[in-house]
Amino acid sequence: MLIQEIIFYAFSIIMIVAATLVISVRNPVYSVLYLILTFFSAAALWILLGAEFLAIILVLVYVGAVMVLFLFVLMMLNVDLSRVNEGFVKNLPLGLLVAAIMLAEILVVLWYKGRTGIEDFPIPEPLSADYSNTAEIGQRLFTQYLWPFELAGIVLLVAIVAAIALTMRKREGVKTQSIPKQVQADKRDRVKLIDMPVEGVEDK
Amino acid sequence: MLTLTHYLTLGAILMCLSVAGIFLNRKNIIILLMSIELMLLAANMNLVAFSRFIGNPDGQIFVFFILTVAAAEAAIGLAILVALYRNRQSINVADLDDLKG
Repeated sequence: MLIQEIIFYAFSIIMIVAATLVISVRNPVYSVLYLILTFFSAAALWILLGAEFLAIILVLVYVGAVMVLFLFVLMMLNVDLSRVNEGFVKNLPLGLLVAAIMLAEILVVLWYKGRTGIEDFPIPEPLSADYSNTAEIGQRLFTQYLWPFELAGIVLLVAIVAAIALTMRKREGVKTQSIPKQVQADKRDRVKLIDMPVEGVEDK
Repeated sequence: MLTLTHYLTLGAILMCLSVAGIFLNRKNIIILLMSIELMLLAANMNLVAFSRFIGNPDGQIFVFFILTVAAAEAAIGLAILVALYRNRQSINVADLDDLKG
């Protein structure tokens, strides 16, 4: 039990420090890198909770795809940091006040619930050695949750179409292939038969 | 002894940090998007912890769908950002006040 607590506290501290740095460093590129560290720590904690499949999905999809997309966009745009960062100090007291009030409210409810007669969840039994988290999730995903799963695929398809439609632009003076024009081409447009006198033969 | 309260506290701290991030960086739309990702992570952390402590993997299915929708949201948000930057040469939230009366 002790090793689990060491792992929990170590990764929790890394995660909280990294999340604090995400919102406080000046350069957005470093923010993205600290966010990646936060996601990695979260993945480690999820493995501790027995959710290996989601932990790997978090690393592969989030760190591997979404965060790289963030970095890509960030480096493509030429952001003026001096203008973007103005107002940080001005908003600091209000932001910290609201966050502290929210945190205090949640922590009061969480840590004093024993005194209000609500019982805590019991510590779950350790998972057996042949338990497969991936098989369990796959079993549910493809039977009970098949319809939402298909809808999630459609959501992703719509996102792809929307992202391409938003960022695609027509440039002037670029030579491209036009499929409809190629298909509609007729031999009358391309070949012209004309009558002309035969040369080199004497008219009799 | 790690109880459910430990994990819920971690989720609460993450959520409050991301709220603070939205307050602090309200000029920088990229950090705003990252704060939203952090909020979703906090919610996912709670769902995974509940799923483990109740002993029902359905909570993990919810996390799966949240990750899907969050990926779609990030892709569309960044696409809007790129289109915005192309038209305005700026991603400062203060410059985007066309709808202001």
